[in-house]
Amino acid sequence: MLADLANDQIIEQLRLCLLIRRFEEELIKLASDRDIGHFHVYIGQEMTGVPALYLLQDGDLTFTTHRNHGHLLARGVPARQMYAEILGKETGMMSGRGGTLHLCSMAHGFPTTSSAVGGATPLATGAALGFRRLGRDRVSVCLFGDGALEEGSWHESINIAAMEKLPVIYLCENNSLEALGQKAGEYPSSTLAATDLIDLVTPFGVPTIQVDGCDSGAVHNAMSEALDRARSGGGSTFIEARTVRWPGNRPIWPELSTGETNLAMAWDASLIPDEHRVWHAEQDAVLRFVREILAANIVDKDEILAMDSEVRKKMQAGVEFALQSDYPPAAAAMEKALA
Amino acid sequence: MRTLTYGQSLVEGLRELIESDERIHIMGQYFLGLTPQRALVGELAAEHPDRFYYPPIAELGYVGAAVGAAIAGMRPIVDLATASFMFQAFAQITNEMANIHYMSDGQTKVPMVFHFNHGIRGGGAAQHSHSPQAMLWNTPGLEIMLPSTPYDVKGLLKTAASTDNPTAWGDHVKLFMIEGEVPEDDYSIPFGVADIKRKGSDVTIVATSLMVQKALAAAEQLAADGIDVEIVDPRTLVPLDEAAILESVAKTGRLVVADECHRSCGVGAEFSAIVAEKAFEHLKAPIRRVVTEDVPIPFSAPMEEYVEPTEAKIIQAVKGVLS
Repeated sequence: MLADLANDQIIEQLRLCLLIRRFEEELIKLASDRDIGHFHVYIGQEMTGVPALYLLQDGDLTFTTHRNHGHLLARGVPARQMYAEILGKETGMMSGRGGTLHLCSMAHGFPTTSSAVGGATPLATGAALGFRRLGRDRVSVCLFGDGALEEGSWHESINIAAMEKLPVIYLCENNSLEALGQKAGEYPSSTLAATDLIDLVTPFGVPTIQVDGCDSGAVHNAMSEALDRARSGGGSTFIEARTVRWPGNRPIWPELSTGETNLAMAWDASLIPDEHRVWHAEQDAVLRFVREILAANIVDKDEILAMDSEVRKKMQAGVEFALQSDYPPAAAAMEKALA
Repeated sequence: MRTLTYGQSLVEGLRELIESDERIHIMGQYFLGLTPQRALVGELAAEHPDRFYYPPIAELGYVGAAVGAAIAGMRPIVDLATASFMFQAFAQITNEMANIHYMSDGQTKVPMVFHFNHGIRGGGAAQHSHSPQAMLWNTPGLEIMLPSTPYDVKGLLKTAASTDNPTAWGDHVKLFMIEGEVPEDDYSIPFGVADIKRKGSDVTIVATSLMVQKALAAAEQLAADGIDVEIVDPRTLVPLDEAAILESVAKTGRLVVADECHRSCGVGAEFSAIVAEKAFEHLKAPIRRVVTEDVPIPFSAPMEEYVEPTEAKIIQAVKGVLS
């Protein structure tokens, strides 16, 4: 389902989701012949991050996790600066001080990435407390995976948010599902006694929404509802966006096991190989979004391919920029521990 | 000049900050622990209810929330009550609060203060007697202040609340009732400037927090024996006024460090290492540390006194470096 947005906004979301997909594919290719360290990709979750963060306003703050590339790109952080940061170059957003695990861009509303599971939930909650007490009409968004619900910090945070009715949205990207509706004990990575993730939220009285995280319209609606509640003084919302784990995500270092995304699979099923057939035919959120856009006659195939080609060129240029950039002077490591 | 107790000066500092900067909010209210003066904080809270937030018993959650609030533009002053409770919040202090400015290349600032009552209080036993300042000093990205007088606590607090850095603020629970001169006019004390609490020529004592008071008392007794000690109070560990310590040691040639952290890797160990590295040629005797022994703090009074740094142990150490 497409979001109830103007055509040009849907097209912008398409551009953003292609940008994220191609960004990650270029990164994996870059990592295939050099050691760039540990990183996490957002492939398969694009249609959660793009429509959810599309609705934010300047001054809102987003606190994200180690799987953060897509979130920053969705808010317009330049890809080339991100590549440079991921390579530890001086031209990165943090001049190489943080790398992929701590990407931040205050200008885009990303104050920090905590790569400690559960690290960001108190921060996002506190930002909402700050907004409330300073009388600022702003919202804080906390993005995390299902694993963060295993941490005590999350329980302490949502208790504070619930008691103070804070304008914070907890957006849980549950990518541990092989299929919707799994029961406890069947989560491949979560180790939780709860039958359902939202069962953990219910006692706090915070409203919950479960959505298919590959359904851009459903994510848009859930986030709109949560933002309306937060901005009108109604307090927090917990959203569980259920996405399917991309097959390439299984190893710690991701692999392009499904190949570079061939957008033509969206309109020509004969191109879909037997290997990973379910992924290409049903699960891949980007292909699904493209199918929906075509069905709605918002753009045609040629326009999509042209947009994709532009995006890919930009990503390749971004990688080149990062490779050509200098490392920061080593002695700069001693600066900026304190303001 | 008028005289205030340490607790009165502390609360006056909080009041002036609340009334001068609307970004300052107080989280928690056990700044003076459960001491008789704790009502002073209650009075302040009653005057400014909208500037106090009473968090749940969730140190990790609310200290982290203070970090987030600081990022969003607030200037929180968070109270952790007993320093030992800080360990519940350590993930947020060491891994978020202290790292964020550096990781972000200076884009994101965390202007906040977190307060804790440290030290051996008498009968606090192992879980209410910690002095975690050495652990904090092992965490780059934090400023650390350890006042020892009514004058210093207010002046340092003013600076802590005005910097863009997270500041750890440790008060010893036995300091709250001591009295000292505090000016009525506004003042602040810059970080990184040691105070020579007593001028002397024979032995340098570098002391922090309550140990400054114990060193001053020891100095009086030593003076009666004709021994003239100089007491250097760094007041802040980060930034540290190394020059003041080295200058004093260059003058006296003898060093005793007095601090309530445990012996191994404690604040006293770091002072000793700095002097050994940078002023070895001035030393006429080995450095002595008057610190807490490397065991958990026992409950029973004689055992507690056995492991804690005391005035008598300072006197003994000073005589030791002179013998």
